[in-house]
Amino acid sequence: MLEIKNLHASIGDKEILRGVNLTVKPGEVHAIMGPNGSGKSTLSSVIAGREDYEVTSGDILWDGQSILELAPEDRAHLGLFLSFQYPVEIPGVSVSNFVKTALNAVRTARGEEALDASAMLKKMREALQLLEMDKGFLSRSLNEGFSGGEKKRNEIFQMAMLEPRLAILDETDSGLDIDALRIVAQGVNALRSPKASFVVITHYQRLLDYIVPDVVHVLYKGRIVKTGDKSLALDLEERGYDWIKKEAE
Amino acid sequence: MNDRLSAQYWLHEQELTAYSSEAVRDRRRRAMERFEAVGFPSVRDEDWKYSSLKPVLAPHYGLRPPCAPLEDEHLEFKDIKRFMVNELDSYRVVFLNGRYSSWLSDTTHRGFDVCTLSAAWKKYPETMDRYFAHLTHELGPLAQLNTALSWDGLYVVVPDHVVVDRPIQVLSFTTGSEPRATQMRSLVVLGVNAQAEIIERHQSLTEHPTWTNSVDEAYLAAGAQLRWVKLQHDGPEAALTQHTRIQQARDSRAQVHTVSTSGRFIRNNLDFLLNEPGADARMLGLTLAKGKQLVDHHTLVDHRAAHCTSHENYKGIYDDGAKGVFNGRIYVHEDAQKTDAYQQNANLVLHERAEVNTKPQLEIFADDVKCSHGCTVGQLDEDALFYLRARGIKEPEARALLMLAFAEDAIAGIDHPSLNAKLHKLIAGKLGVDLTLDV
Ligand SMILES: Nc1ncnc2c1ncn2[C@@H]1O[C@H](COP(=O)(O)OP(=O)(O)OP(=O)(O)O)[C@@H](O)[C@H]1O
Ligand SMILES: [Mg+2]
Repeated sequence: MLEIKNLHASIGDKEILRGVNLTVKPGEVHAIMGPNGSGKSTLSSVIAGREDYEVTSGDILWDGQSILELAPEDRAHLGLFLSFQYPVEIPGVSVSNFVKTALNAVRTARGEEALDASAMLKKMREALQLLEMDKGFLSRSLNEGFSGGEKKRNEIFQMAMLEPRLAILDETDSGLDIDALRIVAQGVNALRSPKASFVVITHYQRLLDYIVPDVVHVLYKGRIVKTGDKSLALDLEERGYDWIKKEAE
Repeated sequence: MNDRLSAQYWLHEQELTAYSSEAVRDRRRRAMERFEAVGFPSVRDEDWKYSSLKPVLAPHYGLRPPCAPLEDEHLEFKDIKRFMVNELDSYRVVFLNGRYSSWLSDTTHRGFDVCTLSAAWKKYPETMDRYFAHLTHELGPLAQLNTALSWDGLYVVVPDHVVVDRPIQVLSFTTGSEPRATQMRSLVVLGVNAQAEIIERHQSLTEHPTWTNSVDEAYLAAGAQLRWVKLQHDGPEAALTQHTRIQQARDSRAQVHTVSTSGRFIRNNLDFLLNEPGADARMLGLTLAKGKQLVDHHTLVDHRAAHCTSHENYKGIYDDGAKGVFNGRIYVHEDAQKTDAYQQNANLVLHERAEVNTKPQLEIFADDVKCSHGCTVGQLDEDALFYLRARGIKEPEARALLMLAFAEDAIAGIDHPSLNAKLHKLIAGKLGVDLTLDV
């Protein structure tokens, strides 16, 4: 469903992605690991349509169609979801109104009917329950004053509401305590299906105990330099990145 | 223009002061003389540096005798309905071309007075003598001009311990087939622990240039509470210059909301004189300007006594070639210990041609005070915009949502759902989105 072909992207004259190739099929879970600054978040942003980055060559296909020309919102309407490494604080916009607005925007863009108030409420309750979140969350300003862990949980809450076909989780596990990690993983796993795919970006193999990946990639200096199965994550945990860097250079 | 205005005064002084005490006549006369001496403010005046009155004064305004009654002008309720907050049970004081329109109004004298100045000159000369132009004699030429020439406007007098049971909507309409300049004046006197709420709107119904010059004087006795909403959503050729001055006694509270969304030229002067301990002044302002609009806010909080509080929060969003001015003066006198003054002015500038000049002006002569202030000028947060869009919200809505969120706390605290809804509708309309989005 997602096919990234020889993707090059830069900001200013700085090339950050230098030929990324990645194919994610329906139902698959891919993990992407890699040292700080290797371009993982940049890759997520480019997939989601952030305009600050210029795609200089290559392509991103969704169901075989290029999405490079699509606005971020259009990509979301296709069923793409990005859980941000650093969710943005937006004072004055409440979680509930934001989620309602987003979900109905996605639904109407797909030609589905907007959910009425009671259906919306029911759906929100279920998602809250799944993520063991208090409903007081809903009336708070989006991410404003949220703890690191609360922000991440809120991202997964939104994912549960939007039910994407492909979710990219950018370090959703950083900043989570052990219980929160389990709960967030639970939220992700609840969404797993033969149709839904995930790209999980993480520094820690621990998350992968809960969300078991089909494939593990290592991104280094803007390229995927190694791909393996979940045992690769264990290797990395044990040996670090030095051997990969050596191999790559 | 200056000569025509002054001729108008001297020609009609008799009528203007026919029912007034000599003291009031003197006040008017001195005001006219002051205006004649200094003329209109120009950009050479520090207070008018960024706001040239030239375009406002350029049209050849038809001037009519200041006390002349309504002639053949006529408005039906259906013509003005859309400018009012209709679902709100309220008193209504409606003016047409500067004259009271009893036909469209709903006033009262039962327990308190909600009526007009034109009536009060005859009916309540002592009250007029006591209050008219007492707060305004030191003000600039526009206020002086108004003191000399104003005849009609809102009159609200509430005895001690009386709460006006409904909000008072004041609407002043301008019509006609030529440019028109109007002087509007209001006087509000609240007794001990009295309360009142005013919703004010000036509206041009003609495509010709209009200019309303208005002055409000409000006197709050101990414990009185005044709430005032100024809805500045006038036509594209309308100019408004306004000076509102509120004097507060012990433990009184005044809150003024100024929402400026359209009109070619808006200049608001808003002054609070905190005369006795415990007085509290709140001012909230929201400005949404685009095209060639100019919106200029000059506020003053004069902390004259100890233990007073003031809270000011103005937000502005400027697009296209719009221009904004915010000048927030806080003056804390030597005796005003334990003053607690807060001032915040935040602005979004959405276009490279738009500009805003913001200046806090704190003059503090007491040592034991808490004063905080902040001014910001910025753009929409691109990270926030991307976040919203990445969740499926289209760009125009995402922008509008961020602007509304930015604006929200500057219109908070309006208790009437219908007024609130009206405001949100005006704002959404201004932002160019059909907002089923509620923030
Ligand atoms: N907007 C930007 N402007 C300038 N440089 C940028 C920008 N975005 C990313 N970079 C640079 O690109 C490189 C890759 O950054 P990116 O955030 O994608 O790394 P990452 O793999 O997600 O790192 P981490 O593990 O620390 O989250 C870094 O050197 C970063 O400084
Ligand atoms: Mg990152």
